[in-house]
Amino acid sequence: MTSLPTPSAKKLGLVIDLDTCVGCQACATSCKEWNAQGDSGPLTDTDPQGKDVTGPWFNRIHGYEVKEQWRDDSRIVNFPRSCLHCEEPACVTVCPTGASYKRAEDGIVLINPDTCIGCKLCSWACPYGAREYDYTQGVMKKCTLCVDRIYNTNLEPEDQVPACVKACPTGARHFGDLGDVNSDVSLLVKERGGYDLLPEMGYKPTNKYLPPRARRNTEQAHIEKLPKSDGSTMEKLFLWADKLLSNKSASAAANPDDNSGKLEG
Amino acid sequence: MNPAYSVILFTTASGAGYGLLSLLALAGASHGRASTQAFAFTSLFIALALITTGLLSSTMHLGRPERAWRALSQWRSSWLSREGVSAIITYPIAIAFGACWSGLIDAPALVAPLGYATAIMCWITVFCTGKIYSSLKTIRAWNNPLVCPIYIAFALATGAVLTAAIANAFGRFVIFQAILAMIAIVACSILKFIYWRKIDNAKRTHTMAAATGLGEGVSQWEVPHTSMNFIMKEMGYVVGRRHARKLRLVVLFFLNLSFLLMYLATNWQWLTYLAVPAIAIAAWVERWLFFAEAEHVVGLYYGKQFA
Repeated sequence: MTSLPTPSAKKLGLVIDLDTCVGCQACATSCKEWNAQGDSGPLTDTDPQGKDVTGPWFNRIHGYEVKEQWRDDSRIVNFPRSCLHCEEPACVTVCPTGASYKRAEDGIVLINPDTCIGCKLCSWACPYGAREYDYTQGVMKKCTLCVDRIYNTNLEPEDQVPACVKACPTGARHFGDLGDVNSDVSLLVKERGGYDLLPEMGYKPTNKYLPPRARRNTEQAHIEKLPKSDGSTMEKLFLWADKLLSNKSASAAANPDDNSGKLEG
Repeated sequence: MNPAYSVILFTTASGAGYGLLSLLALAGASHGRASTQAFAFTSLFIALALITTGLLSSTMHLGRPERAWRALSQWRSSWLSREGVSAIITYPIAIAFGACWSGLIDAPALVAPLGYATAIMCWITVFCTGKIYSSLKTIRAWNNPLVCPIYIAFALATGAVLTAAIANAFGRFVIFQAILAMIAIVACSILKFIYWRKIDNAKRTHTMAAATGLGEGVSQWEVPHTSMNFIMKEMGYVVGRRHARKLRLVVLFFLNLSFLLMYLATNWQWLTYLAVPAIAIAAWVERWLFFAEAEHVVGLYYGKQFA
């Protein structure tokens, strides 16, 4: 049924920390690796070794440049984008076959690859670009929140999390029940001001993003640390000594064991 | 959006077929049995062939056409499913109407009720086709109240021109048919003109700032992959937008041309034949632009600042 179930108390989803994400692509590659063989597999690419490789991935890591007000420099934010397992997903209601559905028990949005006709309408209905067409199988594919891991008792308890969460080396991805206000993920969202993507569109995403933390004003701090000048002869003498002692080639020559001034290799 | 030829053929051919069928059905409902069986059979065959070609073409767009029957199941929530269901329901009603209208079954009393039922089902089906697109909030150019009226107007205009041409072939052309076609063509031109103005002036309220949550100063720095992916191929079509202005003029030119041909056909009836390719080109280019010009919200993640 593509009509939506009554919202479940349990809302499984991800919380993604844009402050600590380093854009290493480990979540994307481990996702592809797991899902190529799991419930969604095979997740093949066309022309995998060629120049025009294309194929479905459930997780895409964008890079954005953010120019902040009152600053000359900008910062880079790595931005993983995947299915947000919305509370009111239009991708489900537009599906003509019932292949696309939202689970009543935990809110995970899934596609049944055996009944999908590959009409692609769900990908048109999703504003987040979460659904990709599998050209080799003629059906749509999407993030399953690793439904074949999180309930899989054959795995060790610490492995019963989505592959992307397991793979993240900086702990930027968190998995849990966002329907429970006292869960770790809900508390994290509350503490860090987690937010929805495109909230005005009304799909009520379950996944939340944690904003990058405010930056220390390094330029200002640097200026404050500088000693105040009084223009005296003594100060000029000290500055001359400081410059002499700071000379890296001079200090390296004086102390051959000190490699701090040299580049590696 | 990527203008897939299978979907353009589906919406234009089935639109013309349903337009033609609904006008034949209304003619039957108001005048009773068809004048000759040859006219009834030929015109109904053309209408149903266009509809069937369109529907088959739409299944060619599917990744798994052999599962197309499953699309009839979710009519409670999906406009695509509703379109399929109403298309299927229209067939037996139209065939029953055709049998009575042509005189194959001798039931003159049934011609009018079956005619009205056929016409209504035709319009419901075309309305559902338009609704597939206009119900998508993610595509501003489609999520517009004029989309369904435009689909119906083009179905009627192409259908009315076909009616006149077929009637002419059987020596049944009357001025009323030309007037009907001219009214439908003018409706297409006016609706399309307002529609283009609306989509050009629409406020683009979705921003990259809201899509990423990173504030006003956000811009794309690095794309997530080295080659095109499905999202970029399907939603990121730009060729059409570059030539949009010229192609809009092409649509209006061929609409005006078919109007002029239908007007002159009241004197020179053979011009009804020339009006068919003219309105077909207008409908095809209009539908191609409908897809090619439409921008999807997902573009915000791929560098677009507004959508």
